[in-house]
Amino acid sequence: MTGVLPVTLEESRKIVQALLHSGKEYVCVMKLHGDATEKRVNEVLEEFEDTIYQRPPLRSSVKRQLRTRKIYYIDFLEMDGRNVLFKVGCEGGTYIRKLCYDIGEVLGCGAHMQELRRTRAGPFIENGDIVTLHDVAYWFMEWQQQKDEKILRKFIQPMEEALALIPKIYIRDSAVDAICHGASLTAPGVLSLETEINNGLMVAVFTLKGEAVALAKAVASAEEILNMEHGVVAKTERVLMPRGTYPKCWKSGEA
Amino acid sequence: MPRSVVPWEIERRTLVKAGDKTNPRYGHKPAERPAEEYIRYGVINLDKPAGPTSHEVAAWVKRILNLQQVGHGGTLEA
Repeated sequence: MTGVLPVTLEESRKIVQALLHSGKEYVCVMKLHGDATEKRVNEVLEEFEDTIYQRPPLRSSVKRQLRTRKIYYIDFLEMDGRNVLFKVGCEGGTYIRKLCYDIGEVLGCGAHMQELRRTRAGPFIENGDIVTLHDVAYWFMEWQQQKDEKILRKFIQPMEEALALIPKIYIRDSAVDAICHGASLTAPGVLSLETEINNGLMVAVFTLKGEAVALAKAVASAEEILNMEHGVVAKTERVLMPRGTYPKCWKSGEA
Repeated sequence: MPRSVVPWEIERRTLVKAGDKTNPRYGHKPAERPAEEYIRYGVINLDKPAGPTSHEVAAWVKRILNLQQVGHGGTLEA
């Protein structure tokens, strides 16, 4: 198993939950246990391009209860004897090993996952800024010697990159510190926001400088928030920015 | 069968509710954070090699960069 593995450094670990739920794409070699025609394999793959039921495998890190996962697409790429190469785009938490097993069951001949490479995890793709462990070791040594910040940017990206696919709400400087203390975001603090925000959906709260302040759960749609004059628009779930980065602008209770 | 919406293909527009400016005295644009901070708020898009587990790979990154806490976004074992 190789490919895209976003690695979070220190404070950026707080965005892991956003990455876990993000969509994934894999290229997979599936080994059939019997013969099947290319036409039949194509038909069966297409059947799985849907919401599927999966029970996590015995050796897994989550509770083994039946759950649904969306398969956005399965593209057949190539077939050589009993080896089938395909690309699959799916919801986070989809087990590809299980998917191969189930495809084998429907084909009737049985199958297992032979090789897997992740080509996307949320916004991170293999053709983008992907680096190897060797690159990391090399560039870090270069950075220590030259202290040129351009070198850091060759292999480390700001955590905000990991939130690229999550809808954003941009807020006033004066609203930032309250959020950092865990307060909910209210309508007057909102400057702009992205479409496709809905009640219950995860949003990222950003400053005008493009810094992530927190992950939050929207309590209204983008269109509703746009017309709200007061009231909570999103409940803060995970604070990403340290307190005191922006000045405190709210009145304390006893004042 | 209608193909469900692929999360990385969703197109978003920005809706403007109010105008304001940000004070340059506070915070930094992510790409302009001072080096130490840039690292601590950083993510590496790593190409996991075959063999070691995701956890082991993260531990290696931690050792290479001499950091305290390094995690990863989703095990790549199954």
